[in-house]
Amino acid sequence: MPKDHGIGASNKRREDIRFLTGTGNYTDDINIHGQAYVYFLRSDVAHGKINSIDTAAAAAMPGVVRIFTGADFEGIGGLPCGWQVTDKHGEPMKEPPHPVLAQGKVRHVGDPIAAVVADSLDQARDAAEAIELDIEELPAVVDMKAAVQEGSALVHDDIGTNLCYDWGFVEENKGAVEEAFSKAAHVTTLELRNNRLVANPMEPRVAVGDFNRASGDSTLYTTSQNPHVIRLLMGAFVLGIPEHKLRVVAPDVGGGFGTKIFHYAEEAFCTFAAKQLNRAVKWTSSRSEAFMSDAHGRDHVTKIQLALDADNNFTALRTETYANMGAYLSTFAPSVPTWLHGTLMAGNYKTPLIYVNVKAVFTNTVPVDAYRGAGRPEATFQLERVIDKAARELGVDPVELRRQNFITEFPYATPVAVEYDTGDYHATMDKLVEIADFAGFEARRKDSEAKGKLRGLGVNCYIEACGIAPSNLVGQLGARAGLYESATVRVNATGGVVVMTGSHSHGQGHETSFPQVISEMIGIPEDQVEIVHGDTARSPMGMGTYGSRSLAVGGSAMVRAAEKIINKAKKIAAHLMEASEGDIELKDGAFSVAGTDKSVAWGEVCLAAYVPHNYPLEDIEPGLEETAFYDPSNFTYPSGAYCCEVEVDPETGKVTIESFAATDDFGNIVNPMIVDGQVHGGIGQGIGQALLENCAYDENGQLLSASYMDYAMPRASDVPFYKVDHSCQTPCTHNPLGVKGCGEAGAIGSPPAVVNAVIDALHSGGHKVEHIDMPVSPSRVWAAMNG
Amino acid sequence: MSKIHVTTTINGDAVEFLADPRETLLDCLRDHVGLTGTKEGCGTGDCGACSVELDGTLVCSCLVLGVEASGKSVQTIEGMATDSELHPLQRKFVEHAALQCGFCTPGILVAAKSLLDRNTSPTEEEVRYWLAGNLCRCTGYDKIIRAVMDAAAELRGEAA
Ligand code: FES
Ligand code: FES
Repeated sequence: MPKDHGIGASNKRREDIRFLTGTGNYTDDINIHGQAYVYFLRSDVAHGKINSIDTAAAAAMPGVVRIFTGADFEGIGGLPCGWQVTDKHGEPMKEPPHPVLAQGKVRHVGDPIAAVVADSLDQARDAAEAIELDIEELPAVVDMKAAVQEGSALVHDDIGTNLCYDWGFVEENKGAVEEAFSKAAHVTTLELRNNRLVANPMEPRVAVGDFNRASGDSTLYTTSQNPHVIRLLMGAFVLGIPEHKLRVVAPDVGGGFGTKIFHYAEEAFCTFAAKQLNRAVKWTSSRSEAFMSDAHGRDHVTKIQLALDADNNFTALRTETYANMGAYLSTFAPSVPTWLHGTLMAGNYKTPLIYVNVKAVFTNTVPVDAYRGAGRPEATFQLERVIDKAARELGVDPVELRRQNFITEFPYATPVAVEYDTGDYHATMDKLVEIADFAGFEARRKDSEAKGKLRGLGVNCYIEACGIAPSNLVGQLGARAGLYESATVRVNATGGVVVMTGSHSHGQGHETSFPQVISEMIGIPEDQVEIVHGDTARSPMGMGTYGSRSLAVGGSAMVRAAEKIINKAKKIAAHLMEASEGDIELKDGAFSVAGTDKSVAWGEVCLAAYVPHNYPLEDIEPGLEETAFYDPSNFTYPSGAYCCEVEVDPETGKVTIESFAATDDFGNIVNPMIVDGQVHGGIGQGIGQALLENCAYDENGQLLSASYMDYAMPRASDVPFYKVDHSCQTPCTHNPLGVKGCGEAGAIGSPPAVVNAVIDALHSGGHKVEHIDMPVSPSRVWAAMNG
Repeated sequence: MSKIHVTTTINGDAVEFLADPRETLLDCLRDHVGLTGTKEGCGTGDCGACSVELDGTLVCSCLVLGVEASGKSVQTIEGMATDSELHPLQRKFVEHAALQCGFCTPGILVAAKSLLDRNTSPTEEEVRYWLAGNLCRCTGYDKIIRAVMDAAAELRGEAA
């Protein structure tokens, strides 16, 4: 029987009612009396020197309140980068300034040059057209390999190079890796590109800055995954506002996928301008503006080589990657191709020697940062593609080649610095073979062939490191922040519970799943538990939601705070029942004395804490409210195996996804229905990356895909129903819930399965195609078949 | 620019507002009528987040001028549930957890209702193609399609 409440129950999402009835409260739904609107005049060239900006005529236009340019931000901090990578020579990365509004140069299409504040948005937009710009266009840096050649134009003249860093990992192993390659019985090489993507949460970014002259307090309402992080970065590094004078609220947020982690210029601008003008200032991104101002994702160019011995054991792996940083360093950009990518190159396999080289490159494109999976999809894609290629070259079954090299003993210390605590890769693969019906594939292939189609089956495994992250470890690796999470559990006098979490829900369902944990621990119904998130004035300092960390880290903080509550409540109960504390048991919302029939209800203990007439005041304080900060001792390591079946139309090159199956080991699961949805969404995005999505620039740095007409998002007609299973569970060993996190798995695990399936289909038709870069569009497939 | 007085019916109620002739119906609903359930995901007719019905026709309200609503009847997400009861589609969306961040949801529900008003027995393919104009970035569409088909079955009187 599935559970009907508590941990493991598929509770219906309580947040859904407001979303379904149009009564959600998203940032753009917030309007402040008397607010002004800002329109950003953005660069339409990729690279240029700003000779002059004449705002005189524009400033005289109707409704204009004020026009700001880079000059207004001189002496004010730029947007900070939260992670410093050290290169292979021990030198810090190059870290150029990132002004709120462009100063001296524009460096990508979309770079904000001026901000027009007016009574209405139309007036602001009209006035922006009247600004006279003299911008001298410079040669654009677009191609990463060309960018690091001698003589290339420079995105940032002052640093004298477009190379942000050249990272080697593990540098000490490089020699041993070379030696293993020289002794290999077989070496498989693959060159590929991980296509540039735009996260595209359906809610565009919005910022509303407000200022209260009486109190001197600033408030920012923003579409963020981590309001506390924004408060810290913007307050301390950009605007110089101390935290107690700055409140950041991220109300209902319409999806994030990483791109709403970062601190953006528009947030700083609205907060700054509201104070300057003593008037609320609102900005709502248009979709085309989102394409040229939201941080992009992926964009790696990689060469990967796998060495095998005569028995097909993996003996070494080496990779060389160019990673696009774009024009400026976005908040966590440097960590993505390094610590979120290099550390995952072992995958599910016991390859003893690994060397990863990453060159991060500045180009005249929108900054690139974390997008769902962040570094881990890039690692998984290249590894799982090269294994498939090796299997084909060696004439062995790709599943068997994987199985033969699986890590089977845990804990397992990889040669790339991380230690997997648990996993069972054969179990998820066995389950996959079953739910994807491998046995029936040949018959299905025959059916497809009878229709004139080619059918392929692609498999891959994945491992990810999430539950981000142990603070002392990431500190050593260059993070300029801690990565703990916080929770305050407030028990009210009549027994209801409010949990204030530093974690943030923008679709993940915290308001439903977090109460299930409290309900399980205390034994009260979920509807007596309320979750508060997204407001720095209400929750303790938290690091927010990304890296599949909400439950693993935020949930753990909540468990620790609830444990403190329970310990204190037991003391109160012991006093009320005149028993010894050690004999008190909590079950189903009541405290009892072991071995007796004495008991006192949860609500009575709570009431006693707030009306402490009969209360051990000499030993404990009144009240029942506790806070905990939880810092994980390791990452968590979800893993799984994915299978995609495609049909390829040899006439047109069109690929259709016929079925998709995913088996994931997420450890323990609090709400299986929510977990299914997280996996579905990730797979949808992964299929989008594999078949449809591509953020394209031309050689002049013009963004070619700045609307949904040019950037192909996956639609309902592009995807099938998914078969997902998460019954293989090896609980995480180091967090109190035994959970691993499920938010990114689908996006990490699915692209290689799709491409492996397409290549398999083509081979079945006699086309010896070794690789097609994503998106695997009809024209690319057709060209590969007929090339 | 001088404003135009618009008299219209929204979710069955007579409504008046003043609109700049350049303003979209979407902006009028959100900014003048206070119905913020209808969302802007693109402003170019490509995402369906702004879907409403205008005299029974499914439209992208970002592509319709506010003044065009004059004398017509507009149905938005706010009119889908009655005071006491959710529409079967809304109920099925909860049961299937067919939403995550909820931003696309009003548009998808309005579009799905428009489908079921016309076709009570859509096939999976028909549902997928009808909703192909509505982008959802969170769900991968699986549960949305299931919820719509399940709601259709309920509306036909078939036990789920
Ligand atoms: S906002 Fe109207 S279709 Fe996207
Ligand atoms: S639920 Fe978030 S876009 Fe559909």
